[in-house]
Amino acid sequence: MTFKLLLRNLAHGPLTEPAPAADDAALAELAARLNKGARTRLGRTLSIRQIDAGSCNGCELEIHALNNVLYDLERFGLRFVASPRHADVLFVTGPVTKNMREALERTYQATPDPKWVVAVGDCARDGGVFAGSAACIGAVSAVVPVDLHIPGCPPSPTALLRGLLALVETVK
Amino acid sequence: MDRNAWQQAGERLRSGEGSLASLWGEPGIAHMALMDTAGNLEVVHLACSDHRFPSIGRLHPPAIRLERSMRDLVGLDAEDAPDVRPWLRHSAPYPFLAAEGESLHQIAVGPVHAGIIEPGHFRFTANGEAVVRLEQRLGYVHKGIDALMAGAPIEGATRLAARVSGDSTVAYGLAFSQAVENALGMELPPRAVWLRALMAELERLANHFGDIGAVCNDASFTIMHASFGLLREQVLRAANACFGHRLMMDCVMPGGVRGDLSAEGVQRVSALIAFARKEFPRLVELYEDTASLKDRTVDTGIVSAALVQQYAAGGFVGRASGRAFDARRTPGYAPYNQLQFQVPVVHAGDVNARVWIRIQEVEQSLSLIEQILKQMPSGLTEVAMPQALGGVREGAALVEGFRGDIFAWLRLGDDGRVARCHLRDPSWFQWPLLEAAIEGNIVADFPLCNKSFNCSYSGHDL
Repeated sequence: MTFKLLLRNLAHGPLTEPAPAADDAALAELAARLNKGARTRLGRTLSIRQIDAGSCNGCELEIHALNNVLYDLERFGLRFVASPRHADVLFVTGPVTKNMREALERTYQATPDPKWVVAVGDCARDGGVFAGSAACIGAVSAVVPVDLHIPGCPPSPTALLRGLLALVETVK
Repeated sequence: MDRNAWQQAGERLRSGEGSLASLWGEPGIAHMALMDTAGNLEVVHLACSDHRFPSIGRLHPPAIRLERSMRDLVGLDAEDAPDVRPWLRHSAPYPFLAAEGESLHQIAVGPVHAGIIEPGHFRFTANGEAVVRLEQRLGYVHKGIDALMAGAPIEGATRLAARVSGDSTVAYGLAFSQAVENALGMELPPRAVWLRALMAELERLANHFGDIGAVCNDASFTIMHASFGLLREQVLRAANACFGHRLMMDCVMPGGVRGDLSAEGVQRVSALIAFARKEFPRLVELYEDTASLKDRTVDTGIVSAALVQQYAAGGFVGRASGRAFDARRTPGYAPYNQLQFQVPVVHAGDVNARVWIRIQEVEQSLSLIEQILKQMPSGLTEVAMPQALGGVREGAALVEGFRGDIFAWLRLGDDGRVARCHLRDPSWFQWPLLEAAIEGNIVADFPLCNKSFNCSYSGHDL
């Protein structure tokens, strides 16, 4: 069965949506620009470490989707890594709970310079619906310096790609 | 209820009569939801003038973590409780339980994990490769939802409920809305009820697709992960096309649903079902025929039927170990009484069984969606909320999310706001069983066991 499936996949080619996809022009345009920007400014790769600092898990699901065969983030040289020590970029989600504050600070400190922090989702921007909770700090920027906010509840994979593009265009 | 009756309820739980649906508090009052063997829910209250109540956890271990949370959240103390360590409040160093013996070593994992997942801490004590004890420490994503709910207008509380656990946003919206409608005695237009069921089954499909692929991925069988990732993405895109949000967040609200299913939406969902019906059986066959994959899942992380019964573990965790419970059937809610579906149950209790239950539930959900599309009534999709409430009202609901039964209870004040609201994730009664499942397994099988449970951190930490 594995063999049959592999053969079928070989015959059909990749499922990854092509960069100039006609039915999803915005995503295709983003994909092309992201590829160029990432290469010129940051070389071949940009490693991202994701930190859930209190999210409802909605943002994580959509960040996950960036790795599926349709978005295939790695084709742009962007990839998620397992340790902050391997990362250039931190993707932080959630209204930073008090219980995650120390873990977030330590993860930030463990990331080598130069590094960029992207606050992902409405909660990471200002606490979102959890703003004002005694159990939350609120904005990610209240704990670590933030270079970019990607809004959305949660941001769609396309919005995340758009945000990554903004990042590679902005950072020098 | 008085203290005696409260204690007797605890004794009945200990003897296995019925099950604990939840235990929670507010300043001065302890609440307990009990389910009898016929599936009837009862919510009982105990006034605690001195901030103390007789411990249920002393008699019935599934209550222990809930009692620890009650002290953290509202300052109620369980008398003679077996474990008095804080749970959701992380203000002091945490004493982990001891494991003694020769050649034991500890592995500390988290709260920041290697993958793109939620935070929590796992403390393993291992003898070589074999795990002799796993202790979880949760609460890292505690956002204070109970406190935010208290005094919130219904609309704001609905948005909070939709963000208790993002993967179950429809199920939480449904549980919260049903509890409000139950409190206010509201009758919904039939189309709203059926649209909710459509959303709930789409959510179940998306999560089961994601989970089956992810379990296989943890056995390094990535082709399944890639294929199921595609299926999941197609569900989310269809949901977005139909209801304007990939996860269908904020689409369910008290009084009905936001948005309606258009003729194009029906076509989109039908196309999704056709695609899934074509692709899914091939992948199931691949799973079944790959000995190296089954070698990892079969006999790994077994949960006993006794534990599942004691903890009243819902969802695939319960149904993989012989507990045939599904809130869509018992106590049941519309429109499932007009739909044909089976509640798959197996008895092996291992990772494979939990995957297999998901596989069968995917088939059930595909069939349910087809039936829902066929029988979808026309008409309104929401009713207005009643203006004059007339006093304080309470409501409760039990709803089947993809993980299992979500319990919701709330009290509305006469100002029309939410006075208190409690939402109990199925994970409360599943997380402790993961500690039992991994015992005696090798450390390297933990990701498989963990993913086969896929408990919620956010839903549990509140």
